[in-house]
Amino acid sequence: MLAGWVLVLASFAYLGILFAIAWVADRRADEGRSLIANPTVYALSLAVYCTTWTFYGSVGRAAATGIGFLPIYLGPTLMMALGWFVIHKIIRVVKANRITSIADFVASRYGKSQLLGGLVTVIAVVGVIPYIALQLKAVSNSFTILAAAPAIVMPARAAAVPLLQDSALYVAIIMAAFTILFGTRHLDATERHEGMVAAIAFESVVKLCAFLAVGLFVTYGLYDGVGDIFARARELPNLERLLTTADTAAGYGSWAALTFLSLLSVLLLPRQFQIAVVENVNEAHLRRAVWLFPLYLFLINLFVLPIALGGLLHFGVGGGVDADTFVLTLPMANQSEGLALLAYIGGLSAATGMVIVETIALSTMVCNDLVMPLLLRWGWLRLKARSDLSGLLLEIRRWAIVAILMLGYLYFRLAGEAYALVSIGLISFAAVAQFAPAVIGGLYWKGATRAGALAALLAGFTVWTYTLLLPSFAKSGWLPADFMKAGLFGIELLRPQQLFGLTGLDEISHCLLWSLLANIGAYIGFSLARAPDAREARQAGLFVDALRVEDAGSSWRGRIAAGGTAEQVMELLALAGRFLGPDKARAAFERHARTRGASLAELRADADLVHFAESQLAGAIGSASARVMVASVVEEEPLGLDEVMNILDEASQVRAYSVELEQKSQELTRATAELRAANEQLLELDRMKDDFISTVTHELRTPLTSIRAFSEMLHQDPDIGAEDRMRFLGIIVGETERLSRLINQILDLAKLESGRADWTSAEVDLGQVIHEACESLSQLYREKGVALTLEIAEPLPTVQVDRDRLMQVMINLLSNAVKFVPADSGRVKVGAGATAIDVRVSVADNGPGIRPGDREVIFEKFRQGGQDVLTDKPQGTGLGLPISRQIIEYFGGSLWLEEAEEGGANFVFTLPLPPGDN
Amino acid sequence: MYRSRLTAQRLAALFLLGCVLFNYPVLALFNRAASVLGVPVLYAWIFAAWLTLIVVMALVIEKRRD
Repeated sequence: MLAGWVLVLASFAYLGILFAIAWVADRRADEGRSLIANPTVYALSLAVYCTTWTFYGSVGRAAATGIGFLPIYLGPTLMMALGWFVIHKIIRVVKANRITSIADFVASRYGKSQLLGGLVTVIAVVGVIPYIALQLKAVSNSFTILAAAPAIVMPARAAAVPLLQDSALYVAIIMAAFTILFGTRHLDATERHEGMVAAIAFESVVKLCAFLAVGLFVTYGLYDGVGDIFARARELPNLERLLTTADTAAGYGSWAALTFLSLLSVLLLPRQFQIAVVENVNEAHLRRAVWLFPLYLFLINLFVLPIALGGLLHFGVGGGVDADTFVLTLPMANQSEGLALLAYIGGLSAATGMVIVETIALSTMVCNDLVMPLLLRWGWLRLKARSDLSGLLLEIRRWAIVAILMLGYLYFRLAGEAYALVSIGLISFAAVAQFAPAVIGGLYWKGATRAGALAALLAGFTVWTYTLLLPSFAKSGWLPADFMKAGLFGIELLRPQQLFGLTGLDEISHCLLWSLLANIGAYIGFSLARAPDAREARQAGLFVDALRVEDAGSSWRGRIAAGGTAEQVMELLALAGRFLGPDKARAAFERHARTRGASLAELRADADLVHFAESQLAGAIGSASARVMVASVVEEEPLGLDEVMNILDEASQVRAYSVELEQKSQELTRATAELRAANEQLLELDRMKDDFISTVTHELRTPLTSIRAFSEMLHQDPDIGAEDRMRFLGIIVGETERLSRLINQILDLAKLESGRADWTSAEVDLGQVIHEACESLSQLYREKGVALTLEIAEPLPTVQVDRDRLMQVMINLLSNAVKFVPADSGRVKVGAGATAIDVRVSVADNGPGIRPGDREVIFEKFRQGGQDVLTDKPQGTGLGLPISRQIIEYFGGSLWLEEAEEGGANFVFTLPLPPGDN
Repeated sequence: MYRSRLTAQRLAALFLLGCVLFNYPVLALFNRAASVLGVPVLYAWIFAAWLTLIVVMALVIEKRRD
């Protein structure tokens, strides 16, 4: 059996392991080989969200409400989906402004207001104390139960136990000592605790394994799987209702309210803010946490309902065993001491993780945002005194840790017994939800002001206190109970949990509704009451535009009065030294000087340096106090609202310019592409011109050569016979004709292409032109024995063209046709017809035809159809078709080549009819 | 930049989807005394939808940026 001393020993051994892990991680961090620079460690450390509430309380909640424990884990899953927006932005803001806690965040956002920082701290401390009490209660209960094994005895009411015999007191003391050892060994300007994060990640693994082990033991050891447990539960009338949820508007309403509440809490609880934002090493780690953390929540909830039902089946409903303890008592009742011990360690790790991070985060807030501003105000910190204050800072934090845990214990003694674990936790959730408008609104709304945030927090906190905190005291008997029934001053409308007569909601939804209504209303109302002042506008710009502007913030500084001297640098250094420790401060200043390419002695107290010093200090004592401290050394002329607006304008102008620049460069790229295309076209044209010239000269040389050859023969040999002489002269005449035809056509083409041709325009009867063209070539056709048929759909409409040019096209097409058809069996068919918009003329032959690939080529200059098949002797000039096409296109029609029905070529052209002339 | 904006939009869409899946009236559809493989439908629905949502979130955010 487990004796008490075994438990104590096991507990201390476990804490020792944690401490060892933290120590190793800190060592590694100092060596620059960080253990926690790993996305998985980051995601696991986020699971500090799962406290004893999850470990013990979920089962209790499930035993009472079925699936009612789940919204608390669905909310964070949804939040992580939004995390890529919200958490990402907060991390960016926090890193840029060296913010160390959620109080610092709110204070900094609304103009570095000490008052606001203090208020957030008070709310956080008061709000979270029930939550810490919950951990104390869970650990001390689990210890008491396990120490009494094998008998299963529920712990007595804490109030009934004498103070010095109350195990919860010792748990609180040990946890305080442990947290002090953990979190306040040295002062870090960024408030980062690598060792702590490593230990928390380890604890997350321990509690998950412990809970899964118990879950598997109950589900598959005690029962025959999940289906078996549900089947047995269904047989008992009292358990049936746990398998569905209340099918009422209030039931779904409170489900949605809890989801929303946990969605906010996973970001706004001081410890979640600390782990998710302040301890974040690398923004990119968020990427894995977005899914790994919800997966963790999923796994740790898998067996909650089976354990709850298993416990109810085993112990009976109302069988004297608190459902909050099933995780522990089920293994005990089945003689599995080892597993019970593991469950106890799991619960202990869930509690220590929460308490360590929460109290460290709260102690930082208490020190930076509550105590330091008060000390400054009371003048305790003589600014000219040169003493090292970093020790004082640590001392304040240690006492804050002790005080917070003692307050937690006090709440446990006063009110802890009236509630189940989960209900206590929800009180804290509702408290931190009050930060939501100020934090999330502040990230996206530039118009929010300090007055708005102050009013919002005060209103929300007041309503929360009245509707949730005071009733929790009343239920425990520490406040008169008729306060609950009759309302404040006996006014029924002011009954705390039916405020203004609102009934039908559970207490959490009720509080959430009224407090957030008051909170958001005050936030918007007071913010809109007046415009933000200069400092508020400046901070709003830094926060809202955090993801867009890479601005360290030094451009926002006022001008340094008195020029900024080297003496002031030394004073700033001394100031930082007092809070950070002289050596650390000097090292930081030297690093800063190096990044600016100067030595420490050459530095002047300019805006950059003042900003640097203030952010260093902000890490140690909070941004609001840092501002006051720095202002005592360096007098800055405060920026006026106009100047801030100018800077904001400049920032937005810079953005506008960069957008404009981007557009310009895109235009430039487009223009370049166009130019390149034009250039290629020009080069192509140039090449075509060269080709043209060489082709023309070649074409001209062929007839010239033969003319010259025959002329020389006639010239040199007078003895040539008359018959030969006549034949040679005939050749010379033919070649000369061909030459002049060629030159005429070249000139013609040049004119057409340059647009200098003379055109006449008249109503022309197309049919008549076709007939005339056929007439003029009929001799040629007859000589070759080619049949020419006409198929003209009379009457053809008249067209508006140059008659001679059209004739030229017809003759060209007809003479081409007769050239390529076989003699004697050749047939050429001319067709013509009109449609509504144009007339169409075709000249088809039964010659060899043109291959599809060459059908466009023949319209190029000097390219002749089938040149490769025929002999070198050209049958034409190679300019007829290009000229014809130019002419037809000039008239607005088109000329192309198709395959004729008989396999030959079919040249077709269309001419448009004048509009309206059908 | 464009890619990461797309990822953010996808995650926001998943957030909205989750809000719909885990609330009235979708939840009410499964709020009945039937069971799937011995598990009550409401319980089975929430855990199945939850796991699916997590898997899709992982796919969206871990998608290789190319």
